[in-house]
Amino acid sequence: MIEIDIRIDRPGGFSLEAGFAAPTSGVTALFGRSGAGKTTIIQSVAGVVRPDSGRIAIDGEPFFDSARGIDVPIEARRAGYVFQDARLFPHMSVERNLRYGERRSRAKERPIRFEAVVELLGIGHLLARRPHTLSGGERQRVAIGRALLAQPRLLLMDEPLAALDAARKAEILPYLERLRDEMRLPILYVSHAIDEVLRLADMVVALREGRLVAAGPVGEVMSAPEILPVVGRFDLGTLIACTVSRHDERYGLSDLAFFGGSLRVPRVEMPIGAPVRARVRARDVAIALARPEEVSVSNLLLATVEEVRLLEGPYADVVLKVGEGHLAAMVTRESAERLALRPGLAVWAMIKTVAVDSRTTDFEARE
Amino acid sequence: MLTPEEWVAVYLSLKVAFWATFWSLPFAVLAAWLLARSSFPGKGLFDGVVYLPLVLPKVVVGYILLLTLGARGSIGQYLDAWFGIKLIFTTAGATVAAAVISFPLSVNAIRLALEAVDRGLETAARTLGASRLDVFFSITLPLMLPGILSGALLSLAASLGEFGATITFVSNIEGRTRTIPLAIYSATQLPDGDAMAIRLTVVSVVLALGSLLLASLVDRRIRVMIGRA
Repeated sequence: MIEIDIRIDRPGGFSLEAGFAAPTSGVTALFGRSGAGKTTIIQSVAGVVRPDSGRIAIDGEPFFDSARGIDVPIEARRAGYVFQDARLFPHMSVERNLRYGERRSRAKERPIRFEAVVELLGIGHLLARRPHTLSGGERQRVAIGRALLAQPRLLLMDEPLAALDAARKAEILPYLERLRDEMRLPILYVSHAIDEVLRLADMVVALREGRLVAAGPVGEVMSAPEILPVVGRFDLGTLIACTVSRHDERYGLSDLAFFGGSLRVPRVEMPIGAPVRARVRARDVAIALARPEEVSVSNLLLATVEEVRLLEGPYADVVLKVGEGHLAAMVTRESAERLALRPGLAVWAMIKTVAVDSRTTDFEARE
Repeated sequence: MLTPEEWVAVYLSLKVAFWATFWSLPFAVLAAWLLARSSFPGKGLFDGVVYLPLVLPKVVVGYILLLTLGARGSIGQYLDAWFGIKLIFTTAGATVAAAVISFPLSVNAIRLALEAVDRGLETAARTLGASRLDVFFSITLPLMLPGILSGALLSLAASLGEFGATITFVSNIEGRTRTIPLAIYSATQLPDGDAMAIRLTVVSVVLALGSLLLASLVDRRIRVMIGRA
């Protein structure tokens, strides 16, 4: 267990007060907008930032404990840190960068092997190169390898993809998935990008302005209404665990089975039976009182209204019960009143095929 | 080409400049580090003292050296009594004068280089298991090398050209303290010294140009080595 319970007050108004525990396996995402305190938390874990008070411990062993006067120096914590800007040493080759932390680790405690890391990250052809000759994506892969080879007991990743363009992100994400799946290493992953969190995280700690908003398994937290101020109204949605049930070669579509029936989505490159996460944004769910005929929408789900929240401004949140689970919908307040939406009402939920955001991640299988 | 007397002055100048630079460089790195990276009470005063030789008249610096390190000086008498070190009228004294005069120049160059080192790299090194001292030698120092080189070059140049403090502190003694500038000065005082003064002037220009060329060559190689080319 990674226990974090810290308080920081900085002149100028920034204050952080967060307590949570993360498992010592899998990826725990620290999710929130900039200024939420995500980076400050992992900097505190690394020892780069010193909290005013509190406690940080890994498997009961404290890194920091203000009550007992413990503050383990950075270099003794063995917390691998991957910075947003890679921070490769410019005067060393890629190989010497990779070996920097390895050479400083105890020779008898090197379960993470050089060859394995080079293979995992696909950086074998870069070893003789200098950092300034690498692309942004290559730099970040080398930085991850360097952190791994220092034989850390946990990995801290500070928005490792934020400085990269979409193509470079797509290049690195599969490596991060392999890292997560093949290394027995807990990862604290800071991100403000919802798609990265959905794709990589097992647990999510959502933060806003230095305070904890929600913490728990990714499916729960990312569907929870408390997450609203973090993701924003237009990205609020429901995360649905599905399995691939059928591929339609002719139209390039796939069917995903889930608790409420079946979802038709753009083709998912996973075998039949593979678990995937689908995220349905609340604003992409429309509501009809009668079964609509002759519409382009291909996902029609019979649902029951469970809760209607009329918001200030033009919108209303609707929570639908579909089968055993819930689906969040967002409609205008005007529509909610015109259709007289109320708890218990049976309705049809319409989800546009293109609106389903399916992720090829098997979080069910890994729990 | 040169007379034996002139060769002596050239040799002495190079010797004084080399040793002045050699001995002052580690202290210059230390002073630069203290000024750029640490905070301690009296730092402002320390800053002022380090840069003082730059702004004081050189003759004043020489006279202060005479008062403190001279045979009856507050420090000089103990140097002689305890260690047998005599600075007055000696090459060692000329080296001290050159080192003191050039010190602020090398400190400044090194300090600028140190301030340009990305501290994020040092933090990264520590998360990889390196102690502060380890980080200094494996990251900070190599990245400062261009600055240390230009500091050393400035120190060499200033030492080669040192006149006022040297002549005040250790006088103008052939073979011991008469470096090129002092020899040129002596020559211009002689009725038929023009030829000698001109020859030594040419030597000075050649030395200066040569060291500049060498420095830019080495600088380029270092920058390639540390990936800043």
